[in-house]
Amino acid sequence: MRQALKMLARDWRAGELRVLAAALVIAVAAITSVAFFADRIAQGLARDAHQLLGADLVLVADQPWPGEIAAELEKAGVQRAQAINFISMASAQEGQLAGVKAVSENYPLRGRMRIAKAPGMADAPAERGPAAGTVWLEERLVTSLQAPVGSRIKLGRAEFTVAAVLTLEPERSTNFFNIAPRLMMNIADVPATALIQTGSRVSYYLYAAGTPQQVKLLEETLRRKLQRGQRIDTLETGRPEVRSAIDRAERFLGLTALLAAVLAGVAVALGTRRFVERHLDGCAVMRCLGATQAQLLRLYAIEFVLLGIGACAAGCALGYVAQEAIAVAVSEVVRAELPAPRVLPAVQGFLVGLVLLLGFALPPLVQLKNVPAVRVIRRESGAPKPGAIAAYGTGLVSLAALLVWQAGDLKLGLTVVGGFAVAVAVFFVVAWFSLRLLTARRVIARIPSSILRYGLANLRRHARGNAVQIASLALGLTAVLLLTFTRNELVDAWRRAAPPDAPNRFLIGVQPEQLEPLHAFFSAHNVPVPDLYPMVRGRLVAVNGAPVSEADYSEERAKRLVEREFNLSYMKDLPGHNQVVEGTWFRPDEKAASVEQGIAQRLGWKLGDELTFVVGSERFSARISSLRKLRWDSMKVNFFVVTPPAVLAGFPASFISAFYLPAGSDALISELATRFPNMTVIDAAAAVRQAQGVIDQLIDAVQFVFLFALVAGLLVLYSALVATEDERRREAAVMRVYGASRAQVTGTQRAEFLAMGVIAGLLATLGAAAIGQVLARRVFELDLPPSLALWIAGPLAGIALLSLNAWISSRKVLRASPALTLRDST
Amino acid sequence: MDFSAEAAVNGGSDRMMNNNSVLTARGIGKTVKSGANDLVILREIDLEVTRGEAVAVVGASGSGKSTLLAILAGLDTPSTGDVTLDGAALSALDEDARARLRAMNVGFVFQSFQLLASLTALENVMLPLELSNEKQAEEMARQVLTRVGLGERLHHYPRHLSGGEQQRVALARAFVVRPKLLLADEPTGSLDADSGAEVIRLLFEMNREYGTTLVLVTHDESLAARCARVVRLAGGRMQK
Repeated sequence: MRQALKMLARDWRAGELRVLAAALVIAVAAITSVAFFADRIAQGLARDAHQLLGADLVLVADQPWPGEIAAELEKAGVQRAQAINFISMASAQEGQLAGVKAVSENYPLRGRMRIAKAPGMADAPAERGPAAGTVWLEERLVTSLQAPVGSRIKLGRAEFTVAAVLTLEPERSTNFFNIAPRLMMNIADVPATALIQTGSRVSYYLYAAGTPQQVKLLEETLRRKLQRGQRIDTLETGRPEVRSAIDRAERFLGLTALLAAVLAGVAVALGTRRFVERHLDGCAVMRCLGATQAQLLRLYAIEFVLLGIGACAAGCALGYVAQEAIAVAVSEVVRAELPAPRVLPAVQGFLVGLVLLLGFALPPLVQLKNVPAVRVIRRESGAPKPGAIAAYGTGLVSLAALLVWQAGDLKLGLTVVGGFAVAVAVFFVVAWFSLRLLTARRVIARIPSSILRYGLANLRRHARGNAVQIASLALGLTAVLLLTFTRNELVDAWRRAAPPDAPNRFLIGVQPEQLEPLHAFFSAHNVPVPDLYPMVRGRLVAVNGAPVSEADYSEERAKRLVEREFNLSYMKDLPGHNQVVEGTWFRPDEKAASVEQGIAQRLGWKLGDELTFVVGSERFSARISSLRKLRWDSMKVNFFVVTPPAVLAGFPASFISAFYLPAGSDALISELATRFPNMTVIDAAAAVRQAQGVIDQLIDAVQFVFLFALVAGLLVLYSALVATEDERRREAAVMRVYGASRAQVTGTQRAEFLAMGVIAGLLATLGAAAIGQVLARRVFELDLPPSLALWIAGPLAGIALLSLNAWISSRKVLRASPALTLRDST
Repeated sequence: MDFSAEAAVNGGSDRMMNNNSVLTARGIGKTVKSGANDLVILREIDLEVTRGEAVAVVGASGSGKSTLLAILAGLDTPSTGDVTLDGAALSALDEDARARLRAMNVGFVFQSFQLLASLTALENVMLPLELSNEKQAEEMARQVLTRVGLGERLHHYPRHLSGGEQQRVALARAFVVRPKLLLADEPTGSLDADSGAEVIRLLFEMNREYGTTLVLVTHDESLAARCARVVRLAGGRMQK
């Protein structure tokens, strides 16, 4: 142990370990800073996303909540708020159906409502809900009731003062179809309105917020006590589009951590290779002086473990500082205060660093113990080299296991591991063949420049070693390209998936005979005519002839789906934002149905199952011929069950549409409402804004994490480049001894590096493009168009990087005297 | 330089095994594969070296002297024959056991010094002592380094020492374990005449002081002449 400590100190002092330690520190710092920051972002997102619910947990019931449940909430020690929702006629100058929400003053527990003094004026967050005796009206309601702030309105038997215009509230988009313009009032005023009578359609809400543990515990306790007509909304159940955005952000972050881990592996492998090469002679001398194999192995193993612990600790510390700096840098973007990081990422980073070091350093170190002592007399006797696969097998397997673990997602992990494994193999083989081809004697012989000829001859002489170097460089460069170009393409593709012109208005209740006048109306106002989808409401009664009831399902969401009426639709062609993932899209005359993948899974439906629905008093059946995948975050009209026109066209239907209207189109909406009084236009703008705000924030957070991993990648790439410096320096010294001019030495190196740069750059481009495509299609479910910029930048980056390296390394070579260089190396 | 003169007779297969012998080689042959052909480097070498004796092995480049030295030290294994070092048959020992035997009995001096570049002069000399867990390593190393005239340069790294100084560090490293046998492979091969002479002077002086047995491989006849016995190799065979 003492001996190993001494050796560590000596090797450290001699600078032998610095490259390796630096690679390790950078690697661990990259992993932990990403993990720390990702952890904080993830915690923050989970917390902020609850703002969309207005709480961490929402209890909804169609009857007032029994005291027992309220007592549970009190017992759990969580923050509580409550609300009652119902629809009622409000009146001032005019009358209008309003979606009334009566809330306690502390509503919402998460997030803020925003209010303004008048329609169109700047809004500000509200500290609390409306005071007793006052109401807040949504802009549309102010307009339609003609009730500006300060005026009085009547609701049931009570009168209220309009205190503000409500511009934003949580939960706004949870249920598009029941939204009449919002009227927000104080819950204490509800009895005075006398609006809630037996038979009234009322929803009772209880909100809870607290620590994740409290909420989880509460949710578990309450789930056991829920009765018919009572349910719990959480982020998972309540907001599919938000959930999907967060899932993607987590995948992006996971990917970044994965790439950092890959870079770390490459760097450690290269650093150890350099260390082993520099220690072959020393080990032979020690063997000669009587050190046993076990003694050598023990010495180096302890030395490396000590090094690993030190470097990992330094890396974790650096990672912590770095993530703190990132958090400060992004505090403008990530508007919310981020929660403190947890310890887990540090533990994770530590383990990753140690596993990487031992996985990639042990096999070559074991080789050191096998150095024959006779090397001291005959230098050419090397250690018996195990096959590259055997040597790095442990490293690769542990790296693979780590990647899967880091990804926290088997599919993503395996995609990246598989992609990189294939890339390594392909890179090596292609690099080797290109080198052979480029340096074939026939090719070399035809080159007039002697400098170029020497350079290429050098490449040929070390074909295998250079192929390894090119493959490593290409790997590092692939990661960098993935992190820069491909990342941008992916983020763009993601943004395009929820474009800024996503629909912001829903139009419901369009009668069949109104379709043509409506088309004419839109055309006359130069607004693109939106797609209108027929909608038939039907109840599911049987699957494959067997009656269905909610009792057949244990899952709450499945029960709810079966219990309520389905919005069915019919159409000839598959809408653009839908995708058939199983089966085939039906023919227009078929008695078939196409079902959304998720609901089919939830309710246990398969292709070929026969679904029977009742619409009014008639029933119809259709077999499932295809499963569709929908983009819930596209804000477009989506249906769980769709049939060909032949099945549903005979049933009474109304039509529904989602479309985009630019800001300032209020006049058009008013005119539409006047022309077609039976239709309801739902302003989804607020909801879209809210969801897009969250998505934008996620993208920003991801960008910063990417930026950091990119810097780490570049540093690791540098340590990969210095790994072969020794040998090149020695060769250059020999050339100079035999009278090569400085220009010839640098020229030869440049020619060599240029050729390697071109090959590495091309390989990396190919790799980044291919991995990007696989990631986009398989993992993120996005379309990624091929990128011209990547194909230009990739090879150029390879050339630039290696030219820079050639320049730096030839300066070093020329500065050192050849005699000293040669003496050091004997 | 003429000590043990009575032992300075040519070794031969007919020679009786001497109880006093430190190193005995019997029927040593070495053959290596070179492409499709077998390349014979050494054949039928018999050699006995007695305690305190100084033997020079001379021969032209490629005559097999370095290979013989490697085999005598147990660094390499012969294709035929056996070597007995301090009473232990090397063929009966595995690589690790041979290493332990070397640690206790054998010192080395090489043409290319073989100092560890990352260690100071003092640390290089301490290395063999530390490998056998010697507690007084530093003190012993200091003494020997002072003996070779490098008391002032203990903390210099090899790259900051001249060739002659590096070889003196190597001498100190070889003698510090008080070996029974010192094997030197062209000790002056990398040095200029003055440094070489100084190293040889020290080598023979210390050899006498420590009572070490010396086997010296060289192509330098004048250096060989300073040894009590000279063994000649040509084409892998020992010449009588």
